[in-house]
Amino acid sequence: MESAEYRGTPSVIDRYFTRWYKTDLKGKPCEDHCILQHSNRICVITLAESHPILQKKKRIQSINYQISAGCSRLQNKVSGKSKRGGQFLTELAPLCRITSTDGEEYTIFSCIRGRLLEVNEDILKTPDLLLEKPSTEGYIAVILPKFEESKSITEGLLTRAEYEDVLLKRTGESKEPC
Amino acid sequence: MLPLKTKDRPIVRALLAAGCCARCVLRFCCIGLQSAYRQTYEDLASELHAFVSDEEGDKPSDGAKQERPEDPPCKKARLETEQGDAEDGDGAGGTQPQPETDVDTAVSSTVCVVCLGVLQHYCDKTFAKKVSEVVTAEDYQFDSLVLSVSLPAQLSVREHSTWLLVKKQVREKGVCLGKDDVIQVKEAFKWIMNDLVSRELGVPVLAKSLFEVSVGFTHPETDGDCHFLATTCSDCFKPAKNKLSVFTRMAVVKALEKISEENFRRRFPCPPSRPSTGCAAQDVQCLHVSVFVAGRYNKFSRTLPQTPWVIDGERRMESSVEELITAPLLSSFRSEGFNFCSSGREDVDVRTLGNGRPFAVELLNPHRAQFSRAEMHQLQEAINSSSELIRVRDLQIVTRDAVAHMKEGEEDKTKSYGALIWTQRPIEKDDIEFINNIKELRIAQKTPLRVLHRRPLAVRQRLIHTMAASFLDAHHFHLNLRTQAGTYIKEFVHGDFGRTKPNLCELMNADTDILELDVESVDVDWPPAVED
Ligand SMILES: [Zn+2]
Repeated sequence: MESAEYRGTPSVIDRYFTRWYKTDLKGKPCEDHCILQHSNRICVITLAESHPILQKKKRIQSINYQISAGCSRLQNKVSGKSKRGGQFLTELAPLCRITSTDGEEYTIFSCIRGRLLEVNEDILKTPDLLLEKPSTEGYIAVILPKFEESKSITEGLLTRAEYEDVLLKRTGESKEPC
Repeated sequence: MLPLKTKDRPIVRALLAAGCCARCVLRFCCIGLQSAYRQTYEDLASELHAFVSDEEGDKPSDGAKQERPEDPPCKKARLETEQGDAEDGDGAGGTQPQPETDVDTAVSSTVCVVCLGVLQHYCDKTFAKKVSEVVTAEDYQFDSLVLSVSLPAQLSVREHSTWLLVKKQVREKGVCLGKDDVIQVKEAFKWIMNDLVSRELGVPVLAKSLFEVSVGFTHPETDGDCHFLATTCSDCFKPAKNKLSVFTRMAVVKALEKISEENFRRRFPCPPSRPSTGCAAQDVQCLHVSVFVAGRYNKFSRTLPQTPWVIDGERRMESSVEELITAPLLSSFRSEGFNFCSSGREDVDVRTLGNGRPFAVELLNPHRAQFSRAEMHQLQEAINSSSELIRVRDLQIVTRDAVAHMKEGEEDKTKSYGALIWTQRPIEKDDIEFINNIKELRIAQKTPLRVLHRRPLAVRQRLIHTMAASFLDAHHFHLNLRTQAGTYIKEFVHGDFGRTKPNLCELMNADTDILELDVESVDVDWPPAVED
């Protein structure tokens, strides 16, 4: 990871976004997500650096935004300033499923309530973006929380410091790191 | 002498008996002679009284029938020709004697059933003085004025009822007369008052004056007059934004055009009922047409927003370009408010250098509107000496139409920027050359995440005409860009999560970031330069 000291100034993410985390999604160990919230309340969902795909440097077999027979995140369309027509997501709405070459399947979740604005189609063509630039070009989706919920949506999430604590505890407890 | 004819006598009698004031009688007789209205009300009333009580009126030597050299030939003349030989029948059955008492009360001080007192009590020197005193106290700079008057909507209903009365009389006499020939209350009011107010204030009254003085009247007692129209013509009365009542004058006039005579007569008294009070005058309102001031501004600060920055009702920065420019303008023009617009805008952390960014300010209801070139220059100096953060040039008064130039074709304009770029890997000589050789680069920008909450999601094609890089140190270089207006420079540099393509990271195959950005020029050739 590049350091702010080296650059002399904070990165784009550090300048404009707050990092939030959700760990062990659906009870699956280490399946951690990162939520980047812009000061204008827009959220970008990404894999956290501790997610097994990144930790174990998995190779990607496929990424599927078709989360059920009747629902594909690729069909999401928003129009106008008010983003009419976007799918409304709850915290545990799946965004996509990622299968690695070892046959494991990982589901990526919304983590917050809000309207889906876009999913990242570039990772379909270039799945390596997920591994190489997980917190920027390898993002999963962009979500717009309701204006009145822009503060409350992060209540159940971990701050960067809390997340780092979780990572520390894991290395202490676990014989078998994930 | 009143330009009334024998054949008018029964109409005059009927109108007086119905409770019309003397001036409304003239209106319904289609008298277009302005001086007739300008006589004092008392003189006019007694003259009219004399006319109706003159039983010898049929003689050809009747005073009212004499030649009237100053009488404009328009409406009266048309009436005479149209009516033709119908005059013969006039004397015979026309003059039914009216009860003397009715005529007396109508001519005296009771409130007129049609104008509700507007032409009786508000058309004299006293009221003109009152209006002028308000105007003078407001301390406007003006060299002409236009008088506007707003009347209660029910006046149209009462006018219509009275017209039906006259029409009945006219039909019986075979006189051909249209509703359009009747002189409007507003018109009669202005014929009398324009002159009086003009004399009080010492400036001419001009229809196209930039300075408007408005008088308005209300009459709560008869507000209910309009209500029956809502049941006959509901689609004329749709609730509208910023209207207190659906019974606007326009809506009432529209409904009256639609309603049949029979239906109207069934639902509204003809002639109208007699009011017990007269109209009340509202506060006199003065309004000077907006003045537009244009110029170009530089912004030298990276912590100064263009417009006041408020989040959750709280101010984020203590000042703004807009406030620094408009504060001296507002006080000099003694204006009541403003609208600020500019050719594009820069972020709070972006400076605007070079010749600056064109802007225009609409000054609302300015009390002073005329400034010489020298005075405008002084004003510019006042703005510039008030703050180090901005600088204004080419400050000038422009027309409303000219402001539109600034906005049109904004998308096609070219903008030049200077940026300080950081790269993660060390910069090589080839990098600089590579960048300098890029010409007319077409990029696709998704709406940047930083503005996506308030703008639609779209992909926009933009052109980067040229780039010029100059090496600063291993990880920094200065980049000049000439781009199509509307290009998001910051996103072009850092890529915005790969949402701008191609971006500088991709082109250089390195993580790049933008540390500082300046607008070097906005290539809009408006407003014209002002020589110092
Ligand atoms: Zn009247």
